[in-house]
Amino acid sequence: MRDAFAAEITELATEDARLVLLSGDIGNRLFERYKQRHPDRFLNCGVAEANMISMAAGMALSGLRPVAYTIAPFVTTRCLEQIRVDLCYHNLPVVIVGVGAGLSYASLGGTHHACEDIALLRVLPNMSIVCPGDAMEVRLAIRAALGQERPIYIRLGKKGEPAVHERPPEFVIGKGIVLRQGSDVCLLSTGTVLPLALAAATRLERDGVSAQVVSFHTVKPLDERLLTDVAGRIPLVVTIEEHSVLGGLGGSVAEWLADGPSRGVRLLRIGTADEFMHGGGEQEHAREHFGLTAEKVAERTLATLGVIGRR
Amino acid sequence: MRDGEGLEELDRIAREIRGRVVEMSHRAKTPHLGSALSCVDILVAVYWATLRIDPRNPRDRERDRFILSKGHAVSALYAALAYRGFFPVAQLETFNEAGSALAEQPSPACVAGLELATGSLGHGLSVGLGMAFAGRLAGLRHRVVVLMSDGECNEGSVWEAALLGASLKLGQVATIVDYNKWQATGRSNEIMALAPLREKWEAFGWSAYEVDGHDLKALVQVLDNVPDGSGKPVAVVAHTVKGKGVSFMEDDNNWHYRSPTAEEVRQARIELDLA
Repeated sequence: MRDAFAAEITELATEDARLVLLSGDIGNRLFERYKQRHPDRFLNCGVAEANMISMAAGMALSGLRPVAYTIAPFVTTRCLEQIRVDLCYHNLPVVIVGVGAGLSYASLGGTHHACEDIALLRVLPNMSIVCPGDAMEVRLAIRAALGQERPIYIRLGKKGEPAVHERPPEFVIGKGIVLRQGSDVCLLSTGTVLPLALAAATRLERDGVSAQVVSFHTVKPLDERLLTDVAGRIPLVVTIEEHSVLGGLGGSVAEWLADGPSRGVRLLRIGTADEFMHGGGEQEHAREHFGLTAEKVAERTLATLGVIGRR
Repeated sequence: MRDGEGLEELDRIAREIRGRVVEMSHRAKTPHLGSALSCVDILVAVYWATLRIDPRNPRDRERDRFILSKGHAVSALYAALAYRGFFPVAQLETFNEAGSALAEQPSPACVAGLELATGSLGHGLSVGLGMAFAGRLAGLRHRVVVLMSDGECNEGSVWEAALLGASLKLGQVATIVDYNKWQATGRSNEIMALAPLREKWEAFGWSAYEVDGHDLKALVQVLDNVPDGSGKPVAVVAHTVKGKGVSFMEDDNNWHYRSPTAEEVRQARIELDLA
């Protein structure tokens, strides 16, 4: 995902002279081509994220289109107040890009896990949140983000994620992409867990369960049209995210369901638990720890369908 | 504004703004009067002698930018903007009224001439650096002046900005510290070890000056000299007195939270030669 981001941002900077890339002292090699082409529009802000975000605000107030990039927890929670006051309060067109969504950097420990970022940024007025599901969605998301006149957070994995889309899908911020139709359950996936959701759907199919899969890349604004359609015809919605079950996609859909008319649809939220993870291990291990595997998603989906009498 | 007559005029404007700010605090029952009074001379030097601005064209791309990072003193900025012609002086009477554009701390673009909504400390300098970076990229020569408080220098983000501002050699940036030696609950040097403040900015790679923050001539001189040719951003440590201009408010930190009575407003106006 980060390579796709680097390639796309280099192209976008060629197309738009207002684009400035700010980095929190990472991506030295990653942005080599960008820096060769646009040396005056690359700024390494050092390990100082609060200053980076406020500077981005100043640039946006002067007509530039800054993109601020560093590791997810540091470009979100570390500088949350700067995002809130300087970007959201002023409603400025700044793109925040966090690399290392969820458990991408599992082995680096809890300091580098990003499982609360969506929840924290989602409550900020004017903020949009987009979690692309594969490298192609990354490229489309960053392009769409720069077409917005307001702050947006784009949450990337790291690198080597499997490609989901064979050709570019229609990508609109706030509009989920249906990858597979189904009638028994709808798997709403946001971000890096999209391949996992598709694998879970395949597993479910073997058990005779017809699963719809949606790349629900935008957590805010919520695609209420798609949700209304799903809730009207499918008895179970499962949200899947590499993020806490509190306040992320699952939380957003729960709020939406609670506010609406009683639809009789059941919601199952799958994500990381409300706890810090300790100890060593890579992303795969951490996902297993939190039950973020295709098998576990399929298993819990089947169990819930059993409970609601649809199995 | 370098001649004696010009300075007399600046002094008169500063007294009027002080009187206005005292009245605003009384009417609206707002705190932070001492903080507002301590930076009035700085604002007058900035708005009447330093900034290249045009109140009829407040969004001019090439204008100099001013950010009041110590947003709690915005009554003084509102008054300065109004007297400088950005909006009608009569509008100051709506300060902090329900629904007024002039809130106790500023909202984004609430009035013409206001560059940044502040109130949370430690944001202004970083935003200013972003503006200066954008200006330099566009080949513009505008300057960016940021006014912060000494208490604000407690915020770590100020020093993040200080480090990056120096490495970027943003010589068109000037930050003024309104060094009135007080913060909300006590002496600023006792709460956080700020001193020696000029030397700190110098050590961070800024071209640092120390002036009497109530000496209009000295303020105008030092700000006129930005960029100062060193290639470094400029820090001006302005020694001030909290509550300056009203004897019973000067250096009394009770006026961080108190607002004056009608009688105290009357007394203040006499002292300011406005009665």
